Amino acid sequence: MSKEREIQVGYIARVEGQGSLEIKVSYGNIEELRFEIFEPPKFFEAFLIGRHCSEVHELTSRICGICPVPHQITALRAVENALGIRISEQTRDLRKLMNYGSHIQSHILNLYFLAAPDYLGYESLFAMVKEHLGIIKRALRLKKLGNDLIELVGGRAVHPISAVVNGFTKIPEKEDMKLMRKMLLDAKQDACDTVEFFSSLNIPKFDRKSEHVALSSSGEFAINEGLLVSTEGMRIEEDKYRECIKESQVDYSWSKHSQIVGRGSFLVGPLARVNLNFDRLSHDARKLAKEVGFEVPNFNPFMSHIARALEVVNAIDDCIEIIDRVPLREEDRSYDIRSGTGFAVTEAPRGILYHSYEIGEDGVVKKADIVTPTAQNARNIENDLRELVPAIADLTDEEATLRCEMLIRAYDPCISCSVHYVNLDRSESK
Amino acid sequence: MSMADRLKIAVFKMTGCAGCQMEFLRLEEELPFVLEVAEIRYFVMAKRENLEGPYDVSFVEGSVSTPRELEELRDLRERSRIVVAFGDCACHGCVPSILNWVRPDVAAKTVYEDYQAIHSKKESYQEICPLEKFVPVDVHLRGCPPHKNMILEVLRSTALGAKPFLRRHPVCVECKLRENVCILTFEKRACMGPVTAAGCRAICPTANRECEGCYGPMSDANASSLAQQFLKIGLTRDDVTRKFRKYAGITQAFAGEAGEQ
Repeated sequence: MSKEREIQVGYIARVEGQGSLEIKVSYGNIEELRFEIFEPPKFFEAFLIGRHCSEVHELTSRICGICPVPHQITALRAVENALGIRISEQTRDLRKLMNYGSHIQSHILNLYFLAAPDYLGYESLFAMVKEHLGIIKRALRLKKLGNDLIELVGGRAVHPISAVVNGFTKIPEKEDMKLMRKMLLDAKQDACDTVEFFSSLNIPKFDRKSEHVALSSSGEFAINEGLLVSTEGMRIEEDKYRECIKESQVDYSWSKHSQIVGRGSFLVGPLARVNLNFDRLSHDARKLAKEVGFEVPNFNPFMSHIARALEVVNAIDDCIEIIDRVPLREEDRSYDIRSGTGFAVTEAPRGILYHSYEIGEDGVVKKADIVTPTAQNARNIENDLRELVPAIADLTDEEATLRCEMLIRAYDPCISCSVHYVNLDRSESK
Repeated sequence: MSMADRLKIAVFKMTGCAGCQMEFLRLEEELPFVLEVAEIRYFVMAKRENLEGPYDVSFVEGSVSTPRELEELRDLRERSRIVVAFGDCACHGCVPSILNWVRPDVAAKTVYEDYQAIHSKKESYQEICPLEKFVPVDVHLRGCPPHKNMILEVLRSTALGAKPFLRRHPVCVECKLRENVCILTFEKRACMGPVTAAGCRAICPTANRECEGCYGPMSDANASSLAQQFLKIGLTRDDVTRKFRKYAGITQAFAGEAGEQ
């Protein structure tokens, strides 16, 4: 019996942006496999040229409405590095709060809105209202917590406004921060329940060892700065990013693909972060990991969901610590314009984000370079699918299609950022 | 409202950042109530089973930049009673419209080694166009992103059969209501408030920051007068051009100051 199969998903649902999936299998061999992004390119690197360095973060925020915060922070840090600005501890702390807020809301969106319906047998979270109102309410409470945290520090949840070069235009009020501390404490149980809930789901067993890359720092759980490290021994400063990671274009996708020089595709995101920084997670996050049987290093991309949930617990714990130490005082934000080139790497919720700018004497951008997490994960997603598809040959077409989509959702791709679509349609002939 | 009477709504995405959809999903405490009055029939970012319509209200995020998007837009227009230009990109191009001032070959070369290799298989216009260039739009929901209360206003008014109440007076009105001291008059800072549509509750001046104009032009905006004012307080002509060529440079109201394309 000869077997030819085609898996096509024309417009992948429950991911951000416009992407598709096409897989052709013949006699058990994959003849063609494409995770394609048809979302049109937006050419940010082209139109940033000629813009002023003080507005770069405001503009790059508009690359992505799910992770505007890390785009802002990365742009700000790259510009500050170019201008030789050293930011205050308070600014570091407030930015970390803001990025944690971004991780919480984005992780909760992925976990409950995008991923959970697959595991519970629904087409969407909306369809779960009658049977699972309790779960939905928990999701909404946690999502609101993340958004409220961004709004408190950044002035607005989507595309914040008060983070600027060398600080914040407005420092949050002490009273409001106190209230936020209480909200974080109150939300902790919801976050722990989230870890337990997702651990109770039937997460597919699928191990494929790929190189995991994340930021790492000795003193903290790194999300806004640190060394770039990997499970294969990479250890580099952020300004060496381009020397170690090369991008190439593929003719079927508007997203470029990244590979580590001399090695190949790699994974960025919550699983990489937790694998590489497990010791820096909060006490309670580590304890919960143990209780639910999560072991590191873990090379099952579907387990990214558990890593994501653990990160929410860690974020809450770390935010409380930050709130307890941040002085919340007015600071001098003045700085001088000079020419220079700056680089910065941060952790967006879905992984490593790289920005670099060359700035002229007049403060105007001469060159811009941006690499997003989804562009870095794109090749690894394809490589995972290449191994996953033969392993699920006994599933029905419908089940196999869903499984492929679930893998993609586990990466939480952000297609607007990557500027790629999934339609899985398998035909079988004999 | 019975299940059968619920508004049939759809959320589409063209070329944009998903921030407006995120603002929609920021209806967190409100979501259970929204689902009582509205049935979400199409929303690819949040649903796997998406229904064809017809729809009562279609929220369309993003601008049109590919033939595929144009076809989708024309098709959804046919199937929708009310089309909402959902956010700045859909209303007037937003930040991505800055691209319209960059020569297409220069833009392509800056980002892709071999642009033609992809472009030959996947077409893109390399020009950002608001929805109204191609189809009639019933409601303009301005803002980057439009505040979620404005989304609720559209749903509420449509459910009641009324026209949504959306402001186009300047940000200055909201700024006064928040009792801020004018940063343009008293601190000589280049605030876009006097020409920008309200709806944000003047969050930027309230956070000690100049309004950057992210809700686009108010009705009857006097852009050239504000541009003169900016020059007087020390901005260069390039600075002024950048101010107006940001969220709504392609609108008639700002085109004079945003420079020729």
